[in-house]
Amino acid sequence: METSRRTFLGTVSAAAASSPGPGDDPGHEHQDVPSEPALRVKTLESLLVEKGIVDPAALDAIVDYFEHKVGPRDGARVVARAWVDPEFKQLLLTDAPTAIAKLGYSSVRGEHLRVVENTSKVHNLVVCTLCSCYPWALLGLPPVWYKSNAYRSRAVIDPRGMLQELGCTIPENVEVHVWDSTAELRYLVLPERPAGTEGLREEELAAMVSRDAMIGVAKIGLPAQEGPK
Amino acid sequence: MNGVHDMGGMQDMGKVSLEKNEPVFHDTWEGRVYALNRAAAAGGKWNLDASRYEIELIPPAEYLRTSYYERWYARLVELLIKRQMVTRAEIQSGQPAPGSPKTTPVMKGGEIAVLAPANPERPAAEVAARFAVGQRVRARNIHPVHHTRLPRYARGKQGVIVRHQGIFIFPDTNAHSEGENPQHVYSVRFAATELWGSHASSRDSIHLDLWDEYLELA
Repeated sequence: METSRRTFLGTVSAAAASSPGPGDDPGHEHQDVPSEPALRVKTLESLLVEKGIVDPAALDAIVDYFEHKVGPRDGARVVARAWVDPEFKQLLLTDAPTAIAKLGYSSVRGEHLRVVENTSKVHNLVVCTLCSCYPWALLGLPPVWYKSNAYRSRAVIDPRGMLQELGCTIPENVEVHVWDSTAELRYLVLPERPAGTEGLREEELAAMVSRDAMIGVAKIGLPAQEGPK
Repeated sequence: MNGVHDMGGMQDMGKVSLEKNEPVFHDTWEGRVYALNRAAAAGGKWNLDASRYEIELIPPAEYLRTSYYERWYARLVELLIKRQMVTRAEIQSGQPAPGSPKTTPVMKGGEIAVLAPANPERPAAEVAARFAVGQRVRARNIHPVHHTRLPRYARGKQGVIVRHQGIFIFPDTNAHSEGENPQHVYSVRFAATELWGSHASSRDSIHLDLWDEYLELA
């Protein structure tokens, strides 16, 4: 282990020293000059392509997949279906992989997914304190705040205080259930359907469901939250 | 390993701030390094647990200073060198050493389905479950120096098994090529007051998914 640490210092410290600051700052500035990490990654990519370890077309496909093919709209579709179809909702809560397969999401994509339901008595919150585990099969890659030291450390010890700062105050009589993704289960929150939406179609409902609500840091219908992209 | 990555319950780590209209990647290199990790991992030279452990080996000060995708760069470089797929000199120069062998990429463009099973599948192993739903258990007070998925904040604490999750590869051994050691995983509910004391809300709970070997009867 000591050897590993020394070698890390040799390889990484230069990159780290020139990086702009803690990785938890979501406000990355746009840079016209390639940053040090950009050059290092470019160098690594050309080496691995040259050695036949990776295919650049596969890299393009992976980036394209996560930028365009998967995202919170997938999760929102699942939530909206659960709101309008009680049978689907029941299946989603007991066997999420089978349920989402009915919407065309392959069982592989939904493997080990678990959906937990918000009610008038329970509010759920999802975190990964050890790394960045996230229900990416339905939400895509996690946002910076989800991977931040601040969120990972605080979500388990002070969920109510943290949620309040994020504008999501949980009433005293509601239980907060935090789900720390320590194994291969991936958690998605089924938010409460807002009152007054009885007349909306499934697609309209899906448009209301935000990524943040499916992680448990926002309620549906409150301002200052993003809709699915 | 009691590393800085095991962050649950640490304090003063700053404010959580949500970014509006956040892009998937903030810079092109972030997407490339993500894809490099996924494409290289498809070669099967390391498993998911080894790959997580490699990030945990980043020295604490470095870990805290670097951004998420800088850690992914560092992790990939170290794995490639440890598996003797590249040399440190090649990383520096960006050029293959003269006469070094050229391989064929496992993941080709358009074969992105290979991505899907990011996590180890449930092995069809026949192993008995040591615990049952409803039992009171204690997370063992252990401090392994290797990879583990039992966070410090739960060790020695009591909870209740609320769900049986199935059989999964055991990360503590799998990360170190010491076997998959498949065993049962349970959702264990810990009262917030058990973990954090009377200051916490008596209504709240934290659920962790824990392997058989992390638990003992309370």
